[in-house]
Amino acid sequence: MSRQAVLVDADWVEAHLDDPNIVLVEVDEDVSAYDKGHIRGAVKVDWKQDLQDPIRRDFIDKAAFEKLLSSRGISNDDNIVLYGGNNNWFAAYAYWYFKLYGHQNIKLLDGGRKKWELDSRELVTDVPSRPATQYKAKDPDSSIRAFRDEVVNAIGKLNLIDVRSPDEFSGKLLAPAHLPQEQSQRGGHVPTAKNVPWSKAANDDGTFKSDDELKALYKDAGVDFGKDTIAYCRIGERSAHTWFVLHEILDEANVKNYDGSWTEYGSLVGVPIETGSGS
Amino acid sequence: MCGAVAGGLPLGVDAGKEAVIQGVVKRGGQPVSGYVRLLDGGGEFTAEVPTSATGEFRFFAAPGTWTVRALVPGGSADRTVSAATGAIAEVEVSVA
Repeated sequence: MSRQAVLVDADWVEAHLDDPNIVLVEVDEDVSAYDKGHIRGAVKVDWKQDLQDPIRRDFIDKAAFEKLLSSRGISNDDNIVLYGGNNNWFAAYAYWYFKLYGHQNIKLLDGGRKKWELDSRELVTDVPSRPATQYKAKDPDSSIRAFRDEVVNAIGKLNLIDVRSPDEFSGKLLAPAHLPQEQSQRGGHVPTAKNVPWSKAANDDGTFKSDDELKALYKDAGVDFGKDTIAYCRIGERSAHTWFVLHEILDEANVKNYDGSWTEYGSLVGVPIETGSGS
Repeated sequence: MCGAVAGGLPLGVDAGKEAVIQGVVKRGGQPVSGYVRLLDGGGEFTAEVPTSATGEFRFFAAPGTWTVRALVPGGSADRTVSAATGAIAEVEVSVA
């Protein structure tokens, strides 16, 4: 992959609003954002209601994913353009998730909803009607998803990148600062993890920094591109943003997103935890 | 996520355990909607929220000095604010 293959800008989206081969999909942390206004023609996917198993902590299964995309009128051949708020956190998460189930033609709108709004581009409230499809998903691609045992085994061996803010990395905060801090798990980070906040990969307007800036960011933090990498955050959405940077924009092989992330790791019994600003 | 209500907190949040920073973004004296970023003492990005339709925002920070940066179409502005546990720091950010 490369930047051109995985990103489109707002001008491109505006020029393709009536292109029948393009399906715009909005995914937000604030799941009410779409209802207040969205890019014309975009369909909504709710990261919590649509993408999470309602009982156990996991993804929806393959059959449920097929049902979801079919109900949204998305075909296997469609070119999906994802966008969302919070600098595309949840849009990047959905990108990674859709890739996991094998969707091939998919891109992110660079800058997401924020850039679109800061440019004062049009948002509408009309919900498009798309005829249902017969979407067929592939088996989950475990080469891009890490589980807890892989993270424990990666300590001191692979690149572990903690993409949360420095105060979450050190243990001062347990959650992003726009969420209440009352959580039960321990604070800190996986030993030997490098702290490269996701936000360093983005400009203020939410667009991704240049390839050269991105490469320098991770190299300067001590990430060895010769090794495999696991990225994590609190619940796997910000680290999906970093996975997108490393695996899709910079074309690094063997990068996984650990979606269990700190809410799982910080609650495990007996695993090592490091606090402070790291080594 | 939600816009802030001056002086109040969402149900279920224990104000005694939180260091709240909240306020409103204005342009020309009038509330304006956009985005607000929270930067830590070292200028590092910590969080970002969209404002309410009337420019209100809220963060749950930690005690210390923070910068709030408002982003609205065509402009941005920073304000420094101190947060303390059990207190609500009110801040108004004016964008030129």
